[in-house]
Amino acid sequence: MSGVGASADEPLRLPLTVRLPYDYAVGRYGSRFMTALRDEGKFYGTRDPVSGAVLVPPRPINGMTGEHLDEWVEVGPAGTVTGCTIVETPFVDPMTGRQRPIPYGFAFIRLDGADTNIYHFLEASRHEDIRVGMRVEAVFKPRAERVGSLADVICFRTLEP
Amino acid sequence: MARRSAIVATGQTDFVARRLDVSIAEMIREAVDRCLAQRDLDGSRVDAVVIGNMELFEGLHMPEQLMVAALGGGGRPVYKLNTGGTVGASVAVMCDHLVRSGLHDVVLGIGYEKQSEGDSQGNITTVGDPIWERSVMAGAIGNFAVMASTYVNESGVTAEQAAKVAVKARRNACLNPHAHLKKPNITVEEVLSSRMLAAPVRLLDMCPTSDGAAAALFAAEDLAPRLAPRPAWVAATATAHDQQFMGDSPRRLADMRSLQAATRTVYRAVGISDPRRDLDVAEIYEPATYAELAMYENCGFCERGKGGTLIDEGVTELGGELPVNPSGGVLSTNAVGATALVRVIEAALQVMGEAGEHQVPGARTALATGYGGNAWTEALILTSERP
Repeated sequence: MSGVGASADEPLRLPLTVRLPYDYAVGRYGSRFMTALRDEGKFYGTRDPVSGAVLVPPRPINGMTGEHLDEWVEVGPAGTVTGCTIVETPFVDPMTGRQRPIPYGFAFIRLDGADTNIYHFLEASRHEDIRVGMRVEAVFKPRAERVGSLADVICFRTLEP
Repeated sequence: MARRSAIVATGQTDFVARRLDVSIAEMIREAVDRCLAQRDLDGSRVDAVVIGNMELFEGLHMPEQLMVAALGGGGRPVYKLNTGGTVGASVAVMCDHLVRSGLHDVVLGIGYEKQSEGDSQGNITTVGDPIWERSVMAGAIGNFAVMASTYVNESGVTAEQAAKVAVKARRNACLNPHAHLKKPNITVEEVLSSRMLAAPVRLLDMCPTSDGAAAALFAAEDLAPRLAPRPAWVAATATAHDQQFMGDSPRRLADMRSLQAATRTVYRAVGISDPRRDLDVAEIYEPATYAELAMYENCGFCERGKGGTLIDEGVTELGGELPVNPSGGVLSTNAVGATALVRVIEAALQVMGEAGEHQVPGARTALATGYGGNAWTEALILTSERP
């Protein structure tokens, strides 16, 4: 602590690194989805009984209509890219604390049978190899390595020649 | 009929990449002092305070603590908001509602961010659901680029048209003493040759990260004309939210449902049928060039798919038919928690006739928007005439 009358000619900094662990409940709907992903390599959504829309991730309520959703529908594992990019700027992955290797493909994917999109990685590193409307399929980790997480899917790869 | 409120004073720090000389509390105090000094007021006039920011950016979970340092004393009602990037506009809307309700007569709204003190790119991924989104998310830029690609694919807007937005923003910023990124000689070619971050988004297509704070003073209708020579009346406010997950909104930028809903609500409230004709100026929350073009369409400034044409024709330039972000906008200045409040403040300065070198001559009706979080929108119409 500075004494009385001291002045701060040089602004000081306080570097601080905080590690905060969390442990989230995946939930009833989430656990059912992730278990099927892990054990069967399948994706599911829930269908709105009125509009017929199939929402992925599955959820008990459609936020836009207020309808309760309890009909489970298999979707994917193929789908269509509805938005995509090649990320070329460095980024620290908050799940690992490490910088993700660049470049990598990143996209919104509409799984076949679904009316919403999920984020995932694309097996691509060049912009000319990806486009909106591209057909893709999920690439799963081997069964023994799957833990019941969206990261059980390594990425999506093109179905086009 | 609830009573009206008006913005009577505003203050902004000069936004820069790193304010090493001040703490967060000192930085907020600077904005508040500038706000009160504009009308030679002291803090005792303030009945309540509303504050907002992105708490995780600085890792300080109770920013309301800072009110004591920012106002010189406790004992007043303080309300804290966090609605993501939208929060500054949410602060403004709440200030208006607190005054309109009759609960308080004079309310100070504050938004701030000191982005240099944390990892904004990493922290922003905490907006993503940890179970469904975070493990497969990129940072703000990658997420945004994916949304932009959908819009580009549908609308056919070009990189050149986006670059013109970047040029407009950084040139306008040169006229704004508080703006961060000022580039008087920027060209379309310079934007197009800047580093690719995530296609179609290049470095100069994106907003900077800034340190800074902003404050606005809202007063009840009987007080406002005594506190300011020409108050900025809050003629209408609207708030709209979208779905739960990032991928739920089917076309994101191409179809910004909450922005459409909120702007149509405020247009209806004040009798605007043709926003391009009826608005004199707009300060919108455009985090990137492609977002501004998409927002032209979603705010109803032009028909769907014509956002690129609007910038080509110079309609949104300072001096055009509907100047958009004469302040330089988010593309030039982005201390996230302050950013949407700065949109409201800049709209207020325009209808007060106090915007200085970036004043739109004779501006009487202004739109301000906040857009952030998971597609959350606030929209406000400010007018020079009492509604």
